[in-house]
Amino acid sequence: MKGALWKWLGAMLVFYALIAGMLLPVPRLPILNETIRNLYFHVGMWFSMLSLWGGSAWFALLQLRTGDSKSDLKSNAAAEVGFVFGILGLLTGMLWAQFTWGKFWVNDPKLNGTAMSLLMYLAYFVLRSSVDDPNRRARLSAVYNLFAFVLMIVFIQVLPRFTDSLHPGNGGNPAFSQYDLDSGMRTVFYPAMIGWILLGYWILDLRARIRFLELKTPG
Amino acid sequence: MDRMNRFALRLALSALFGMSAFRALCQESGRPVAEMADSFRADGKIYVVVGVLAIILLGLIVYLIRLDRKIGRIEKSVSSNQ
Repeated sequence: MKGALWKWLGAMLVFYALIAGMLLPVPRLPILNETIRNLYFHVGMWFSMLSLWGGSAWFALLQLRTGDSKSDLKSNAAAEVGFVFGILGLLTGMLWAQFTWGKFWVNDPKLNGTAMSLLMYLAYFVLRSSVDDPNRRARLSAVYNLFAFVLMIVFIQVLPRFTDSLHPGNGGNPAFSQYDLDSGMRTVFYPAMIGWILLGYWILDLRARIRFLELKTPG
Repeated sequence: MDRMNRFALRLALSALFGMSAFRALCQESGRPVAEMADSFRADGKIYVVVGVLAIILLGLIVYLIRLDRKIGRIEKSVSSNQ
């Protein structure tokens, strides 16, 4: 296995998050009840998505600087895997919202911002598939990718802080201490987030290598 | 061995006492104690769910490893053909 160490680490951390996240004690809060454990899994999807789309923007930047076709393929693969994690984050969030906020979809700036970001990346895939010349496609989609990444950060991380949001750490002064994480939850939360990010990058590694193989074997 | 047992007993007792003291604190301060899956946990059934989740995750990771190895083999054969 290529670069086996960090892949094993990711698998172990997610495995730890699952066992410890289900069995260790959590704060007893009304409305949330045991669903507070979703923090280890639902939020992990967003950490993975953000880091993958960050990687995608980084590879887009590399592509623009060097004109390297491998960077273009990596950038595209990272956008795809990030999109999958985004959909999973949205679906898990909807289920959680139904049982705590009362509706599958509430008019929360964070939710709407996420939906818009996913649509922007959908447009990125459409843009890619509509240009035939590989060099033009690489440059065009890299520029659009950077544009989409900046807007995504604005939609998900900036705008929700200016208005009221049901999400913790939004609507006012954001800080990690506002996440209501007690020290017991931190021992699961941080390893879990690193694990989900590494798992996301593992899938990206596979996706990108398949793309390289397709490039090497035409037809 | 005897000392170990006594230590374990003391640990379990202090954990039990600590938990009940915490609950009494919650109730005395007038804060409503939130409902948690306590009886579910006491029945031990939660471990079945954790087991199912663990099997699913393990299966997915084994699948990822197999995919990774397969891609590695194809990469080798492609580079040796060129």
